[in-house]
Amino acid sequence: MTKLIYFAWVRERIGKPSEEVELPAEVKTVRDLLGWLKGRGEEYEEALRFPEAIRVAINQEHVKHGTAIAGAREIGLFPPMTGG
Amino acid sequence: MNIEPVIRIQNGDFDSAAEVAAMTAGRYDIGAVVTFTGLCRDECGKLSALELEHYPGMAEAEIGRICREAAERWLLQAITVVHRHGRIEPGENIVLVATASPHRHAAFEAASFVMDFLKSNAPFWKKEHDAQGRAGGWVDAKDSDEAALERWKR
Repeated sequence: MTKLIYFAWVRERIGKPSEEVELPAEVKTVRDLLGWLKGRGEEYEEALRFPEAIRVAINQEHVKHGTAIAGAREIGLFPPMTGG
Repeated sequence: MNIEPVIRIQNGDFDSAAEVAAMTAGRYDIGAVVTFTGLCRDECGKLSALELEHYPGMAEAEIGRICREAAERWLLQAITVVHRHGRIEPGENIVLVATASPHRHAAFEAASFVMDFLKSNAPFWKKEHDAQGRAGGWVDAKDSDEAALERWKR
């Protein structure tokens, strides 16, 4: 199982802060994950309509969309950051 | 230089002077301290508060990575970063970055570098509350913040 954790408007649109999922074997990269998630329902479709805008962290470190997700315990999905 | 950054993510306010005092206490080798404090603006009366969300654990880890990178680029003797989360009203503090070095140049540059990367890479998100106190939209990331990182490329 992999823990998915959502923040800001990604969290609001999906409607939950986190969930545990069993990822299918064909979901190999971050890009695959975003595509797979989008197909899980209207709320996911709404949150991930522009997948290239979504930032992703694996095990609490930023990664690019081409990064492999093998070995990920926790994957964070969120909009571009606006701290400071 | 091998320094251990002081990083705190907290709901409550901070006291910049107290943070600097703690950083320099009992030391006679520091020649320059630069502090940057980010405050909440009221956007000409349109904003009553910001609500800051963060990714617990990753926020500390990412700021730690940024501080260690700064310590590799400049001769630093200490770095403190304090970032608040939760509801913050106009006039209140949001973030503190303090850097200490033997000389001013390194302290100024490192503080600027840490803030630039913190803005675009530390996992925090701001939501605006309007003058009537209603929760509005999430603040959009600015291209100018992303562009600010360009000058640190090497």
